[in-house]
Amino acid sequence: MPVANIQVSETPLVLYTLRRADDALILGHRLSEWCGHAPMLEEDMALSNIALDLIGQARELYSYAAKVEGKDNDEDKLAYLRDVRQYRNLLLVEQPNGDFAQTLVRQFFYSAFADLYWRAMMTSRDATLAAIAAKSEKESAYHLRHASEWLIRLGDGTDESHARAQAAIDHLWAFTGEMFDVDEGERALINAGIAIDPGLLRGRWLQTISDVVSEATLVLPQNNWMQQGGRTGRHSEHLGHLLSELQSMQRTFPGLTW
Amino acid sequence: MYTQALNTAETDDRGLEDAAKAAQFQARIDAEERIESNDWMPAAYRKTLTRQISQHAHSEVVGMLPEGNWITRAPTLRRKAALLAKVQDECGHGLYLYAAAETLGASREELVDAMLAGKAKYSSIFNYPTLTWADIGTIGWLVDGAAIMNQIPLCRCSYGPYARAMIRVCKEESFHQRQGYEIMLTLCRGSDEQKAMAQDALNRWWWPVLMMFGPPDAASQHSDTSTKWKIKRFSNDELRQKFVDATVPQAQYLGLTIPDPGMTQDADGHWRYSEIDWAEFKQVLAGNGPCNRDRIAARRKAHAEGAWVREAAAAYAAKRAQRQTAQAAE
Repeated sequence: MPVANIQVSETPLVLYTLRRADDALILGHRLSEWCGHAPMLEEDMALSNIALDLIGQARELYSYAAKVEGKDNDEDKLAYLRDVRQYRNLLLVEQPNGDFAQTLVRQFFYSAFADLYWRAMMTSRDATLAAIAAKSEKESAYHLRHASEWLIRLGDGTDESHARAQAAIDHLWAFTGEMFDVDEGERALINAGIAIDPGLLRGRWLQTISDVVSEATLVLPQNNWMQQGGRTGRHSEHLGHLLSELQSMQRTFPGLTW
Repeated sequence: MYTQALNTAETDDRGLEDAAKAAQFQARIDAEERIESNDWMPAAYRKTLTRQISQHAHSEVVGMLPEGNWITRAPTLRRKAALLAKVQDECGHGLYLYAAAETLGASREELVDAMLAGKAKYSSIFNYPTLTWADIGTIGWLVDGAAIMNQIPLCRCSYGPYARAMIRVCKEESFHQRQGYEIMLTLCRGSDEQKAMAQDALNRWWWPVLMMFGPPDAASQHSDTSTKWKIKRFSNDELRQKFVDATVPQAQYLGLTIPDPGMTQDADGHWRYSEIDWAEFKQVLAGNGPCNRDRIAARRKAHAEGAWVREAAAAYAAKRAQRQTAQAAE
């Protein structure tokens, strides 16, 4: 019975797609942890909605990765039968929900990037990625608006919310650099017009971040040391626990149809 | 998800109402007219509906917890998305129903506070635990199925805002019910382990689901007024029987056994079920169900930990309004 981890042939395009799929799934999973426990019903709705968008993106990307790989894998095998070291998501998205400020700041940093990223990816020469981008871009624009509005409310709300929002920014800032990293395989995809160069988005990303943070009466940290490792499977300790929960059914009852 | 027949009779203050207005009101009800929020209504009608609609809203919100318990462990990505969307729907029902209750003059805050304080009830069914994935299928199939049985007649409830809310809620519940049944069907066509999981879930949920329809008619305190006001159109036992009759063939199709060895089908085709353990029902209502404490604790925790967020939103809105006023004055 297939209890063990699957093997994935990580060609540059498979790996590239898998990385984006893992980002979407792990962040979607984190947001889904809020369902039933949010500060107000409206946020239960909103966070679930964003989670659903992200899980939807993940499913499309996994299916495409499986198709490109051309082996026996599918969206569920890719999601449920890879271990921590095989996951390729950003460290940012696996960070625990923390308080509402931490969840919102994590979402804000990611969505500000994803919004630019998916818009740019609409011009990808890979028709499937371009189509996924067209859908994801619309969703990301809404996610960014939601997170920005909340960050402003929290930053410019009470002393407590201001302090919590600032603490979240200070805590998560070091995980933002990884979004702009490119390795050799990705460079080749960029040169082929399949992927876009995230480095080119950095200026606009920083502008959006700075504008909102400043309107929220908050500040960005001076320390620019950035953590890395998610893209190559060197994760924080948090991801293993998330996966043990996410994968528990497939690991306990291998090979069944649900 | 569901409202339960828990209300106690509130008829004492009706003597104080203007008799002519009350007669006119009853004439409108008898003529199947919808009562709207600005219309005159007897205080007891308002009170009964506020309690029923808010209990229903609390049930939707507390009902997010047992199913939410499986969102992070759903066995496939398709199931995960469907479950999350379903629980989100329930949250939407809660919001919708609080809004309907607000049309009667109660605020969402005071209604929620009453629930958190343990003064307001929610459906007893959510005080049972979800132990396996089959519980998610069973809740959709049976709990939502029972809810639909109860709520379809509420679409014709005399109070307009509640009736209209129910029309939308019923559409979504019907989708949830089919989704739950489909989970069960997949399990029952699966491995022996999966079939056993499905049967175990049915064994645990069957009797609590029958209790969802409320006490037997002989013991029901308030059906008379609710029936007269056309809030309630069928008795608890009538609805329970309809549900059982609809469900038995569904269980047979799945190849599952209803955990009631005494069940028989009478000459009219009705499935006659055995005596329900009303002592268990009373215990659960009294706060002694397996999860009563956990459910309230979870809602209180979310409410308490979210307080600073709600305060921040209010403080920001006030600052913004102040700035706008200052700008307008310049």
